[in-house]
Amino acid sequence: MDILPILSTLRRHKISALLVILEIALTCAIVCNAVFLITKRIERTHMPSGIAEHELVMLNIFGIGRDDNGAARASEDLALLRQIPGVKSVTLVNEVPFTNSSWNTGVSLTAEQKRSTLNATQYFGEHLIETFGLQLVEGRDFQPDEYMDFYDVQNSTKVRPAGVIITRSLAERLWPGQSALGKQMFLGDSSVRVVGVVAALIRPSIFGGDETAQWSMIFPLRMDTRYASRYVIRTAPDQRDRVIAAAAKALRGADPHRILFRKGTLDEERAKFFRNDVAMSGLLSAVCAALLIVTALGIVGLASFWVQQRTRMIGVRRALGATRSQILRYFQTENFLLSSIGIALGMLAAWGVSLALMQHYELPQLPLAYLPGGALALWLLGQLAVWGPARRASLIPPVEALRS
Amino acid sequence: MLGYYLELGLRSFRNARALTALMVISIAMGIGASMTTLTVLHVLSGDPLPDKSARLFYPQVDPQDADDYAPGDKPPAQVTWNDGMALLREHRGERQALMTGGGVPVQPDQASIDPFNVDARFTSADFFPMFEAPLRFGHAWTAADDDARARVAVISSVLNDKLFAGADSTGRTLRLNDVAFRIIGVLDAWRPSPHFYDLNMGGYSNNEDVFVPLATAHELHMSHNGSTDCWKEHSGESDAENAPCVWLQYWVELRSADQAAAYKDYLVHYSQQRKEAGVFQRPPNVALNDLNGWLDFNKVVPSDVRLQVWLALGFLIVCLVNTVGLMLAKFLRRGTELGVRRALGASRREIFKQLLVEAGAIGLAGGAGGLLLALGGLWLVRQQPSDYASLAHLDLAMLGLTFALSVGATLVAGLLPAWRACQVSPALQLKST
Repeated sequence: MDILPILSTLRRHKISALLVILEIALTCAIVCNAVFLITKRIERTHMPSGIAEHELVMLNIFGIGRDDNGAARASEDLALLRQIPGVKSVTLVNEVPFTNSSWNTGVSLTAEQKRSTLNATQYFGEHLIETFGLQLVEGRDFQPDEYMDFYDVQNSTKVRPAGVIITRSLAERLWPGQSALGKQMFLGDSSVRVVGVVAALIRPSIFGGDETAQWSMIFPLRMDTRYASRYVIRTAPDQRDRVIAAAAKALRGADPHRILFRKGTLDEERAKFFRNDVAMSGLLSAVCAALLIVTALGIVGLASFWVQQRTRMIGVRRALGATRSQILRYFQTENFLLSSIGIALGMLAAWGVSLALMQHYELPQLPLAYLPGGALALWLLGQLAVWGPARRASLIPPVEALRS
Repeated sequence: MLGYYLELGLRSFRNARALTALMVISIAMGIGASMTTLTVLHVLSGDPLPDKSARLFYPQVDPQDADDYAPGDKPPAQVTWNDGMALLREHRGERQALMTGGGVPVQPDQASIDPFNVDARFTSADFFPMFEAPLRFGHAWTAADDDARARVAVISSVLNDKLFAGADSTGRTLRLNDVAFRIIGVLDAWRPSPHFYDLNMGGYSNNEDVFVPLATAHELHMSHNGSTDCWKEHSGESDAENAPCVWLQYWVELRSADQAAAYKDYLVHYSQQRKEAGVFQRPPNVALNDLNGWLDFNKVVPSDVRLQVWLALGFLIVCLVNTVGLMLAKFLRRGTELGVRRALGASRREIFKQLLVEAGAIGLAGGAGGLLLALGGLWLVRQQPSDYASLAHLDLAMLGLTFALSVGATLVAGLLPAWRACQVSPALQLKST
């Protein structure tokens, strides 16, 4: 296909041609970045939690008025919950993944250091590892005799937990390339040794950036109802609804003088936790679709105009022996040329937009791999849009050359 | 003349239905997306108390240990019980209030309603006049009630509707966490947004349903919500009076914004005194933001919302470029008609005007379409899970802006095609017909 005649025709429609190029460039720049943002958001919703999500349910219940017998209340509740058929394991914990309420503290590597190295969350609860379904990758779980009452630790500066289990992500951040087992970490004025490492455990609220999402510590502390209100139960996935209902009934029956504040499966909590990301990726996808439609319609509109304007020229070419498919290909090539220039400019613009986003929204840089994808999408879009008008052009009979 | 141009425009729309429809749809989509996101931004960055926000200040002092202090560190975002109470006692502003969020179980008299938990605010007397909280029934409590740790409560209209079917409930008893409170006031509908006085509860969260004096709540050990930051280990509760923890918000109203400097001096002076008394260890480290300054500092408007506005504006630009192209095609296609008008004596200026009237008409139609799309878009936003969702409504100002933006943008988009089309030379166009 000879490109020179196309170029000389385009030279006579400079403004229209420039507008098509500009539109394609802008669309390319926006769509590349938007698709990248969508991917990031969707990736985020798949963040691992480390827990046996499909097997867990949670009940958040607390007493009305003064609670002077929290330890007895907790052990009676736990015994009742264990009796429910289908319940594999139960724990009373201070915090639960995906529920946004968390207990956090500064962690240091030495006693002398003035500023803590990082901030991590603290999970407390007996049988927590077993109930959550965490995967130990190094060291051991706590021994039954290592558990202390949280109340005693809270009300004394001398009683301190016997050990800590941390996540692999936290271990690698604190002691890169080394085993964390037996290492000492400093929390405030006290220190504790690492006895075990779990593959993952997401923190309940991620406020310090996604890279801190797995910075969690587990302590051998037994909670009572004065300080903790969340029961987590592990059961089979198909038993969850029944277990929630039975657990709610058992807890209320044991002590009606309390309020069941929140209950549900961890799957539901996870969905709630990431719903803003899902909503944002939906919105971004809608805008991308709208952008592509508008751009396609613009190409259809302008191409139709050009076909109409060049009816006589097409007739002459047909009369001089050009075939239908040559006319068709003429308009397709023209569109390909314009798209290519637009895409080239669009890639530069996409890079620029990405730099601006990095500055203002703490996003990573647009990976280069997105650019060819965007280019391919716009080439295809252009060819699809121009197909109709180009086909109409190819159907113009040679006799049009005589009419004017 | 304008009427005639409009008529010509309408006729041309009829002649090029598809092209006109494309332009209108394109403008409508761009405007609809932009107005949806701009309205959300507008609602979220609004001033919750426009007539006095410049006089409301959020004082911060720094009671933390000296050993991890680096010059330039910001003071903590909240105050300790002791500092809050001291500032409240010293009473250096027109009004001041110390507060925290909390959760309390409500135990209704009716057996038909199970006890339930509500969000509460534990605060001091000036809260209501200072933040202009409107009361439907009764009145707020006084400083004397604070001192006496009176068991009094102000409730929201929502709770009043739920428990007392909207009747005047002042004087009635409300059981909270096993303690009887006397209702002395019922708020009118009130939802300052952002929820500026305590951003820990979410920037745009709903108002609390129960308000009780802070001293009363503290005495009764009602559980407080929000953020608690302790800078060293301690035994006992983090909301104990001497605990090394910040968990309360303190607000002050000054007579005029000019007094801010003097109040800041007072905070420095207060910090110095504390340091001399051996309570504070750091050199005086204070901050005093006014209401809007505090909202900005905390970046209350979600960054996603700003990103959405940029995205929508980018979309609008593509739609406009698209419209310029289509309009150019449409105007140039009418070369013959324009040539006839030129030959009959219409000046270039008149042709230009005629084409701009046509562009404006497309803009108006696009604006109307955009308005519908924006209403639909805002409806979609209201279905979203975020706590600001229910605030997304179009107001009159944004409605006006929709049409102004739409017509303005289309006119700008029409300039180039109109200029290009009125360059036609009458003779050439007539000859070719």
